[in-house]
Amino acid sequence: MNKAPRTAMALLGGIAAAGLILSGCSGGGTDDNGGSGDTITQEDIDKAMGTPTDLTFWTWVPDIQNQVDLFEAKYPAIKVKVENVGQGLSHYQKLRTAIEAGEGAPDVAQLEYPYIPSFVLTESLLDLAPYGADDLADDYVGWSWDQVSPADEVWAIPQDVGPMGNLYREDILAAAGITEPPATYDDYAAAAKAVKEKTGSYISYVAPTSAAQMEGFFWQAGVKPFSYDGKETVGINVNSDRAKEVANYWAGLIQEDLISTDPDFTDEWFQKFANGTYAGWLTAAWAPVFLSGTAGETSGLWRAAPLPQWEAGTEVSGNFGGSSDAVLAGTENPIAAYELAKFVNNDAESALRLATEQFLFPPQVSVLEDPEFIDQESEFYGGQKVNALFAEISTTVDPDFQWLPFMDYVDSTYAETVGTVIAEKGDIAAALDAWQEQIVSYAEDQGFTVE
Amino acid sequence: MSNAPTLNVERTTRKSAVTRRTSPTKRKQYLAAYLFLLPFFVVFITMLVIPLVYAGYLSLFESKLIGGEVFAGLDNYARALTDPQFLGGLGRVGLFFIVQVPIMLGLALFFALALDSMRARGSKGIRLLIFMPYAVPAVVATLMWGYLYGPDFGPIAQIARAVGLGTPDFLSPGNILFSMMNIVTWEFIGYNMIIMYAALRAIPAELYEAAEIDGAGQFRLAWSIKIPAIRPAIMLTVIFSIIGSFQLFAEPSLLNTIAPTVITNSFTPNYYAYNLAFINQELNYAAAVAFLLGLVIAVISYFVQLGSERSARRERKGL
Repeated sequence: MNKAPRTAMALLGGIAAAGLILSGCSGGGTDDNGGSGDTITQEDIDKAMGTPTDLTFWTWVPDIQNQVDLFEAKYPAIKVKVENVGQGLSHYQKLRTAIEAGEGAPDVAQLEYPYIPSFVLTESLLDLAPYGADDLADDYVGWSWDQVSPADEVWAIPQDVGPMGNLYREDILAAAGITEPPATYDDYAAAAKAVKEKTGSYISYVAPTSAAQMEGFFWQAGVKPFSYDGKETVGINVNSDRAKEVANYWAGLIQEDLISTDPDFTDEWFQKFANGTYAGWLTAAWAPVFLSGTAGETSGLWRAAPLPQWEAGTEVSGNFGGSSDAVLAGTENPIAAYELAKFVNNDAESALRLATEQFLFPPQVSVLEDPEFIDQESEFYGGQKVNALFAEISTTVDPDFQWLPFMDYVDSTYAETVGTVIAEKGDIAAALDAWQEQIVSYAEDQGFTVE
Repeated sequence: MSNAPTLNVERTTRKSAVTRRTSPTKRKQYLAAYLFLLPFFVVFITMLVIPLVYAGYLSLFESKLIGGEVFAGLDNYARALTDPQFLGGLGRVGLFFIVQVPIMLGLALFFALALDSMRARGSKGIRLLIFMPYAVPAVVATLMWGYLYGPDFGPIAQIARAVGLGTPDFLSPGNILFSMMNIVTWEFIGYNMIIMYAALRAIPAELYEAAEIDGAGQFRLAWSIKIPAIRPAIMLTVIFSIIGSFQLFAEPSLLNTIAPTVITNSFTPNYYAYNLAFINQELNYAAAVAFLLGLVIAVISYFVQLGSERSARRERKGL
């Protein structure tokens, strides 16, 4: 009986030691680059598309199954499994975990433009240039292609962009005596007051957790808060004077309780759109996709207009969101995965449907010039030809905007520094300093050179 | 009592006689015992020990986005000990523990005693009702309470407004911890109550008879007989509650979607470790934080148990 505990301890110790050695030996999840380096011939493509293959596609675009069905109809040997593993941050968390673990990662994944640099940094994406992606460059509007292909490599195929506009409830604004959408931010402040006083609704909201919305406002105001040279140097300047001007504008409206500060994409937020507490939204062209669900009853009452401008007479906008589809470096079927990403976003019919049925604003020149798209009268907007409007707006977006290679951290620390202050109706400009400090210290901790 | 020394001597002589012939049957019995234990140990080692060792190994390194993995010794631990976010989270769960656990265990004890004294009348139904919140998964419970707490559409707010009391703000930075305490109390009262109730049922009835002869009423009975008798069960619930409240994760993580600006990324140490790993990509530091949290829990559990053993010994000596 005395021997038993000792042998048990020896066993435990031995297995623990073995575990240590094994885990040390295996090291981190080093996945070799899937790109072969040689150009792929048409023969290779035909052979791959004819071989029965199973692909996994992680995306949160609603109804993307329609486009995938078109793909499967064209290539019957390929079966695609579409999975929605969350939206935004939770999608990226799962993606990074799967990549780090070395298994469970999909073949194709949706990536918003700001996050592409972070996946390139960890060498998780397949360079699509050898597969023929170079030929697609002319199909896409300049700056969207720059986002997926800043140098020679092509990391993803652009899917949609988010030119920002002013979506508003015509009936509520009319009830407050406003017949024209506000042209400048001064007009907008006056309109906000009128709407709140006469109807009790908020003309818009600023989400405390949506760094992307604020970054879109900065974009419009000409602020360039981030830069990344692709290697080890980053530039961080979120608290510049111009940025603080933008922040002070919103802080003023929030403190007068003219702009709501509820977190977005929660149940309450959807309800407020449905019951008219929100009379508008300064957001991107893809917004109706979320509103046509819970707030579906308000369909027909919305109109779109360009964002209010800082200077009368100018026409500048920003970008809020927009995604692409990338192929992961660890995929076992690079050719088929590339063809899937290319088809969903480049095939004429698929791309047109993404734009007309799912409200994704297209970065493709062919769709932007397609009369079916331009002349579409949207029922959600009461028959307004919004696509033509947003097509014009998208030409006013400054194409020169960069992101940092760790936007997960930037966006999450935004919620803690700036977001808390927004929710408490405090001094947003001062909070920008705190945000700046946190981003800089994280960048330096991670080994970047900050200029 | 006086037989004890001779009994021991007999036992040792008999034992040495037995060891001289370790029979095959004895060996088979030992083998069978180990085989029964094996499945547990396999799972225990692969699912608990090896990940723990790996996490400990990770916590000694630092991996940066630029520069890769570097051996850092105890740097991560030093960083955690001076990290205001970690210490703030620790303080928060400490406060949680000091306020919520006595209330919850007090209520659980009260319900257990009440149920025990009214044994015949409908106690089964009431027991089930009190226990049911424990059967509700934490995710569902928190989402449900998040809705109940909602300032615009939550029923509590609506009733308060209808009565004219204004909108109670359960999810404000000052109130969120207490709102969470409420959720956790609601969830675990039943569980703790059942443990105590089971212990109460095991008390021999002669003690009650003796006490009643001495003229003890129900309250005196509860205070002097029942509670001391179930002391081990109460200790068990206290230890579980220490571990549970210091490891608080599900409630902040789920309330984060409803009140994202109030629940910071370092609201509790466990939640902080999770965010460090998955948002900041700082797996090594997360491992160090997790280990430190485990150490804090172990130290506190030890002291609580020590304190209770001491007072138990004191009581026995008094007898």
